[in-house]
Amino acid sequence: MTILEKVSALLGEGAILEAGTDRVPRIAPGSPDAVALLLGTAHQEGWRVRIEGAGTWLQSDAPADLALTTRRLDRVPAIEPSDLTATAEAGIGLDQLRQQLADRGAWLAIDPPGLAGRTLGSVVATATAGPLRHAFGPIKDHLLGVTFVTGDGRMVQSGGRVMKNVAGYDLTRLQAGGFGAFGVIVLVHLRLRTLPRADITYVLEGAREDLTQIGEDIAAAGLTPAALELVSPALARRERWVLAVRLAGSPALVAADEAGLGAASGGGRFTPLRAEEAHAFWMRLAEGFSVRPVTFRIGGVPTASDELLDLLQHQLGDEWISASPAAGAIRWTGDTNIDRLQRLRRTLAGLEVPLTLERAPWPLRGAVGHFGAYREGVGPLVASLRRTFDPGGALVVATEGS
Amino acid sequence: MSPHLASDLAAIVGSHHLREARAERVTYAMDGLPTHRRVPALVVLPGTREELIAVVRLLAAHGVPFVPRGAGTGLSGGALADEAAVLLVLTRLNRILRIDGDNRLAVVEPGVVNAKLGAAARPAGLQYAPDPSSQSACTIGGNVAENAGGPHCLKYGVTANHILALEVLLADGSLVEIGSPGGESWGPDLVGVFVGSEGNFGIATRITVRLTPLPRAVRTLLADFNGLRIAGEAVSAIIAAGIVPAALEMMDQSCICAVEDSVYAAGYPRDAAAVLLVEIDGRNGDAVVAETEVVTELLRKSGARSVRSAASEVERERLWQGRKKAFGAMGRLSRDLVVQDAVVPRSALPQVLETISTIAKHYGLVVSNVFHAGDGNLHPNISFDATDPVLKKKVEAASAEIMQACIAAGGTITGEHGVGIDKLRYMPLIFDAESLGAMHAVRRVFDPEERVNPGKVVPVHACREWISANPGAAPRGQPRAVA
Repeated sequence: MTILEKVSALLGEGAILEAGTDRVPRIAPGSPDAVALLLGTAHQEGWRVRIEGAGTWLQSDAPADLALTTRRLDRVPAIEPSDLTATAEAGIGLDQLRQQLADRGAWLAIDPPGLAGRTLGSVVATATAGPLRHAFGPIKDHLLGVTFVTGDGRMVQSGGRVMKNVAGYDLTRLQAGGFGAFGVIVLVHLRLRTLPRADITYVLEGAREDLTQIGEDIAAAGLTPAALELVSPALARRERWVLAVRLAGSPALVAADEAGLGAASGGGRFTPLRAEEAHAFWMRLAEGFSVRPVTFRIGGVPTASDELLDLLQHQLGDEWISASPAAGAIRWTGDTNIDRLQRLRRTLAGLEVPLTLERAPWPLRGAVGHFGAYREGVGPLVASLRRTFDPGGALVVATEGS
Repeated sequence: MSPHLASDLAAIVGSHHLREARAERVTYAMDGLPTHRRVPALVVLPGTREELIAVVRLLAAHGVPFVPRGAGTGLSGGALADEAAVLLVLTRLNRILRIDGDNRLAVVEPGVVNAKLGAAARPAGLQYAPDPSSQSACTIGGNVAENAGGPHCLKYGVTANHILALEVLLADGSLVEIGSPGGESWGPDLVGVFVGSEGNFGIATRITVRLTPLPRAVRTLLADFNGLRIAGEAVSAIIAAGIVPAALEMMDQSCICAVEDSVYAAGYPRDAAAVLLVEIDGRNGDAVVAETEVVTELLRKSGARSVRSAASEVERERLWQGRKKAFGAMGRLSRDLVVQDAVVPRSALPQVLETISTIAKHYGLVVSNVFHAGDGNLHPNISFDATDPVLKKKVEAASAEIMQACIAAGGTITGEHGVGIDKLRYMPLIFDAESLGAMHAVRRVFDPEERVNPGKVVPVHACREWISANPGAAPRGQPRAVA
């Protein structure tokens, strides 16, 4: 029997989708149990499986015997506005999830890079936070628990549906940003907020160093923006760098911050964006990171942001950059090669700054790896965790590169 | 255990910092929970990181299990060692190595006391936000092990949200550096996995924590209610309004009276069925004032008999002292106190509180509630005399029923105190054998010989591998009976 015949017998013909350009069979299990069945079989048969969501973020090009897509896992079993929690399957598109939450007055305070239909599972597995990380933290801070299927088909729950939970080890945080190396996320329990009653974005163009200073002044003035993002001209499609300030929350909080913004901007004139303009601005920013072939993030201390931006400019060119200086987080997208990326990662490691490769064509990410330049003792732990959760090596993930 | 072990340990730390006599070791037989008692084989108090490393390497060479311990304020029996294990007390590793105000971080040794870190950060306009009630004694290392919470975690997050990087000493004596000062991981989020692992993965020898700006404006409200249910509904109303208070704490009448009878009397109305302590803080004074007005109105609309705002910092501290010292005040009620810990969805609070009251009446026990209502994190506290075996059995049975009620409401068995020994038996109620097996496997990644803090967190008998090897055990996914 061929792989497709076996999968068809296992999950039914409805689970088999049209293959992509590389002709790797694409399988869409319709339930978490079906994912477990598929991966258990893959483990036994020695099939190599690449994980896909909607196919809009990470390139669908890893060499594999089959592609497992979570796109049919798109149910939202629970939204609890009074508890501010929700449970969603991993394959739901963020745009759909957002809409369902908004209908109930709830908000998932993340704005990851990528297209609007990117799946929740993809965002969690890659831990790709966007500008809202400034106020609401990294992706892991929005997770109450996950259910995942290991590379050999075991279904594992971690965490729960409540706001605080220290029962057992936190395997949720292993999955958040694990790039699928430790299993396929099938179900996610989320921490929500109420939909902000006031939400306004201001932008200011200028020289990067001036805007950086204004950003620091805003923080020093005690303002509490939801996002404070520095965007390169190419990415913002403007003449100069842009500082975007998003104020979101209760009307009282937003009104107070708006009043303080002018005073903190050192004479610079912030322009308020109309609601549709603001939506378009943030969406363009997010989508920009899925257009160019390579995207990575680095995380340093806030005072190093300027130096790190200079370093990126020097080693890779300005290209498309977005940074939350106060959070020390910078994302770059553009075109580069293996040598330059590896050299940059080594340089950054010397500055105690990790580089996480978020997306790149397989030849590059296979060589460079999502992770690398581990600190003392980390490599053996990661390798052992990989063996624990994927003992047969069924999951094709460019963990550390070759 | 080798007869030379004690002398070899003394050679590393000095004989003054080794406890061999039973009378000395007995003082470490309990933590903050009075229902478990274990006397360690030896107690070692290393004074430096280098001494600690040498001690762990010596224990590794001898294959001896060990238990790291901070101030011993834990509430799950998590820092107890038995006669086969050595207790490593880390309270002498109490140096704050660096405070970097510009980058809002600090690097500390594990024995630094939580409140002392807060005090050290204050001159830079910063705070270490997690504030467990034991913060005047508990250590940051212990906080990391337990993923400690506290009243202000509602807004600021728990310990896991404040740890950037760790240097970890594994059981085999090797060192691992995980996380980075900026918070980004070198690979998978091993810091996130380590925090809350209850000492099962190793010892955090250097801890880089995130500091947050001190609020510039704070308003503290005390609202009192005629019923627990309406107080619970007031909590839901505040959360639903989209305001995230810095803290949202509830105390029931039993707790109110215990506090008011003690030296920590805060002026809580004794005739109230419940009080809510609500704190609104922020960096912008106007916004704090406006949000406080909204919350005050919500409390009134929800049925508060009165809403009082602390008029001064002294009054605010007094209101908080009553809350933070409530556990101590409850010492007046009886000889012993079991501080329980469970979490339920916030909307389930009113119903679960009524169920707890029914359980208490059924067993004829005094249960006082003081808890983090905004998080749904309950602390039903049972006052009793642990020397009475009948009473002790009743307390255990009532605790188990309370846990089951919380689980039935969609909750979990611990929100901040950890599993330790105390809640091992409840773990199969919320995790199936496969999930417990996965946790056990992760523990073995960090500590293949399972020598650090053995017998805690994961009930090995309920893991898939153990059940497969022992056909008479509980079937997969089926909870084992709870005492």
